[in-house]
Amino acid sequence: MTTNALFSIPESSGHDMVTIAFEGRNLTVPAGISVAAALLSNGVSDFRSSVVGQAPRAPYCMMGACFECLVEINEFPARQSCLISVQDGMRVRRQLGASAINIKDEL
Amino acid sequence: MGNQSLTVIGGGLVGAAIAYGAVRSGIHVRVLDQGDTAFRASRGNFGLVWVQSKGHKLPRYARWSRDAVTRWPALQQELLQLTGVDAGLQQPGGFWLGFSDAEMKARCALLENVNQHGGEVPFEIMNRSKLVQYLPGIGQAVVGGSFCPMDGHANPLMLLRALHAGIICRGSEVISGVEVARIRFDSEKQEFETFSGDGRSWKSTRIVLAAGLGNARLAPQLGLNAPVFPTRGQVLITERLKPFLRYPMNKLRQTLEGSVQVGSTSEDVGFNDGTSTERIEWLARRAVTTFPALAYARLVRAWGALRPLTPDGYPIYQESSSCPGAFIATSHSGVSLASVHCFVIGAWMSGMAERPPDFGVFNGDRFANSK
Amino acid sequence: MTVEIADLVIVGSGPTGMAAACEARSLGLSVLMLDEQAAVGGQIYRGIEVASLPRTNILGDDYAAGRELAANFRVSGATHLGGAVVWNLSSDGTVDYVINGKSRKVTGRFVLIATGAMERPFPIDGWTLPGVMGAGAAQILLKSAGAIPTGSVVLAGCGPLLYLLAWQYFRAGIEIRAFVDTTSPSAYLRATRHIGGALRGWRDLVKGLKLRTALRQSGAAWYTGCSNFSVQGNGRAEGLAFSHRGCAVRIPASLVLLHQGVVPNTQLSWSIGAAHRWSPEQLCWEPVTDAWGRIGEAVIYVAGDSRAIVGARASAIQGRLTALEIGKQLGVASDIERRLAVLQRELRQHLHIRSFLDVLYRPLDEFRIPGRDDVIVCRCEEVTAGQIREYVELGCLGPNQTKAFGRCGMGLCQGRFCGLTVTEIISSARGVGPADIGYYRVRPPIKPVLLSELME
Ligand SMILES: Cc1cc2nc3c(=O)[nH]c(=O)nc-3n(C[C@H](O)[C@H](O)[C@H](O)COP(=O)(O)OP(=O)(O)OC[C@H]3O[C@@H](n4cnc5c(N)ncnc54)[C@H](O)[C@@H]3O)c2cc1C
Ligand code: FES
Repeated sequence: MTTNALFSIPESSGHDMVTIAFEGRNLTVPAGISVAAALLSNGVSDFRSSVVGQAPRAPYCMMGACFECLVEINEFPARQSCLISVQDGMRVRRQLGASAINIKDEL
Repeated sequence: MGNQSLTVIGGGLVGAAIAYGAVRSGIHVRVLDQGDTAFRASRGNFGLVWVQSKGHKLPRYARWSRDAVTRWPALQQELLQLTGVDAGLQQPGGFWLGFSDAEMKARCALLENVNQHGGEVPFEIMNRSKLVQYLPGIGQAVVGGSFCPMDGHANPLMLLRALHAGIICRGSEVISGVEVARIRFDSEKQEFETFSGDGRSWKSTRIVLAAGLGNARLAPQLGLNAPVFPTRGQVLITERLKPFLRYPMNKLRQTLEGSVQVGSTSEDVGFNDGTSTERIEWLARRAVTTFPALAYARLVRAWGALRPLTPDGYPIYQESSSCPGAFIATSHSGVSLASVHCFVIGAWMSGMAERPPDFGVFNGDRFANSK
Repeated sequence: MTVEIADLVIVGSGPTGMAAACEARSLGLSVLMLDEQAAVGGQIYRGIEVASLPRTNILGDDYAAGRELAANFRVSGATHLGGAVVWNLSSDGTVDYVINGKSRKVTGRFVLIATGAMERPFPIDGWTLPGVMGAGAAQILLKSAGAIPTGSVVLAGCGPLLYLLAWQYFRAGIEIRAFVDTTSPSAYLRATRHIGGALRGWRDLVKGLKLRTALRQSGAAWYTGCSNFSVQGNGRAEGLAFSHRGCAVRIPASLVLLHQGVVPNTQLSWSIGAAHRWSPEQLCWEPVTDAWGRIGEAVIYVAGDSRAIVGARASAIQGRLTALEIGKQLGVASDIERRLAVLQRELRQHLHIRSFLDVLYRPLDEFRIPGRDDVIVCRCEEVTAGQIREYVELGCLGPNQTKAFGRCGMGLCQGRFCGLTVTEIISSARGVGPADIGYYRVRPPIKPVLLSELME
């Protein structure tokens, strides 16, 4: 769900900015902030769906403890977005349920 | 049976299955179990419901294991209906994996040997290209495997909960937080009195020792012999993953919840149920060698649990001759054998059935010299 | 694998860790500091080295104080490894950590656990909805990204951090829709019994009072003595409902910030099998240590909030004290006794106000032990309070058996967000004190790690 952003970053001007893509939408955000902060200040309020009940979830602790902020980053599942800094060109998606591991046949 | 009652010492998988079996035979049962942090193999095991290669040195045990996996669905159904708890049984068949031609050869010989002695356990040896059809994504290092269509797995924790709930549903009791210290037998009254360390006591006409590692200390009090010793198994478990493994393997399985369990080591470290980084890393390497894609799965927990093992690895089921009505049961395959522990051993030890045929081989007396 | 060796390995780069490192370096000890965050500062001084001046002004003097500590740390000569996730600690001082996708080992002659605190769980109806966060989390957003709420925000709960955040928002010009205070009215009375101690720590007291006064004048709707919380909303927070003086109140809000104090982060100390005591004052577990923070006979020490909640400044002093004590063990310094005495006096100054705060901001039972059966306790595995009580009925005596019966605590957060709640639910259901209920058996990895990271 993308709604009015819960947060904003007023002092953005004067910062180096980077661009990340969230589900195809480009977001330009200050360099150095966490992916979670970038999403929360750009109208993303629902980061993932829970593993058991598929309920929407979003960051709760912002300090790496609760694992509610999981997203897929550069096709890599279930990353803790509150611990990872934005990088230019990063591709971010919601984490839907459990991680999928990518089976490639090694014949 | 009105005045008959049974005390079961130990509420792990073995004790709970026998207790539940006894309860359904119509006797009142009281299970005495330790507290929250006891050594409890039933809480730390691998969850296989397994028959392939079992009993290659003891044909009776091969047949016992086969009976067990055949009767598991009935137990699963009954517990689900009674308690609403799903023990998670799945029996799609299971694989053992080989990493060298020599290993494959030895495996084939072993499985044939089981059947030459009347095991009647079907199996198929597969080469790598056949294996890949069943287990896509398997690593290059795997050269082949053996498949047994009777193998499967379950959720041992849900099984334990279902058994406890079943015992309670049918009007018997589970008393936790009891450290059994002493048992007295009164032969006149044919009565057992069980004393806990904190001074409580309970009377019954029958008693089953199913205290896992605790059996070693309790057995001699009732004229029984159970030299069980701890063998540590370390196990890894990953975060939940979307389903990708259809079949359980002897060293790796995906649970119904989605987490991948990787097991297990066999270590002789006494009563230390901790973990070691070397073994954790070794298990991780082995898992990734088996399924390279697991490199990106996250390890959530590693644990050590103590298997209650006998010197020859086979179970002990026996009635005491000096204290009739006292029984002992120790097995290190408490998940696989849960159904027969319930339907067969439970009925026997509660006095509702005869001892199963050819069970002398499971007497603890066979270890008389290996104290 | 080559194993590095250091005199002192410190886990955590908050005030405790940085201060301990500075002190240990002044004694000439080799120091390696590990932290999963990229930059130093811990939670309290998050972003301290990069925060802009306006941001620092909003955050206030207590935050700015971290700057000097961080600067001293940077020139101390201690090695700092950011992005290092400690996944195992052994009593012999060996630490396993993952950095850049690889597991590494370091052995400390001594190890200091300085992993600080985390916010106490606040298990109420709807607390898993997006838009509900810890107040501490919102503060981290402010410190690390300068992010402030845009929509309508409600602050609910109690404790100094909640007031501080409100004050910081106030200074940032943010309008708070409502402040829903759960401090029990009778707590003020009980707390006055500890006013003597608090007066000796009068600076803190005055600061606290000023803060409250400023806030009450800020115009935010202020509700005190509230109960029966429920976050309402469909798929995300839309409002907070509660009872206030017998009336049902509902405040629309897209952001609900909850807080009822912080508790020690004890994962590492539990994992090495340390004894822990239940603190009836702070309602949490604390590792049992000697006066210097040493755990048993091990070479492992714990200081700051991960030993017991004392606050940032006292934590820093404890860090220094522990470093000095370790220096003494290693036989390196001469005037240690004098330095210890000075610091101990200073520490006492900071601890005066503690019992006053503990009594005043004691989180109410209903916010720690959900009465409603449908409240989620384990966020990861979605286990409810009612289910825990059901397992107790089945005979479970403690959290390890309820975990086995219902997966509570088996998720990725490894029990961090349900552990205290589960202990207390079982405690109240059985009528047995938490000390006798116990806690989860914490096992490695201390943080989840990828299997590939363990393959060297
Ligand atoms: C790593 C590992 C992997 C395994 N994998 C499998 C598998 O895949 N499939 C399989 O079938 N089996 C497996 N097992 C074996 C299985 O877990 C055991 O067979 C089974 O749990 C044994 O059950 P138990 O009840 O005898 O012992 P436990 O589970 O140890 O229970 C004994 C109980 O007795 C209680 N007790 C002890 N002393 C006293 C006393 N004095 N007073 C009161 N109570 C007492 C204890 O508290 C405990 O609850 C595995 C075991 C391990 C360790
Ligand atoms: S928000 Fe809690 S772990 Fe990221």
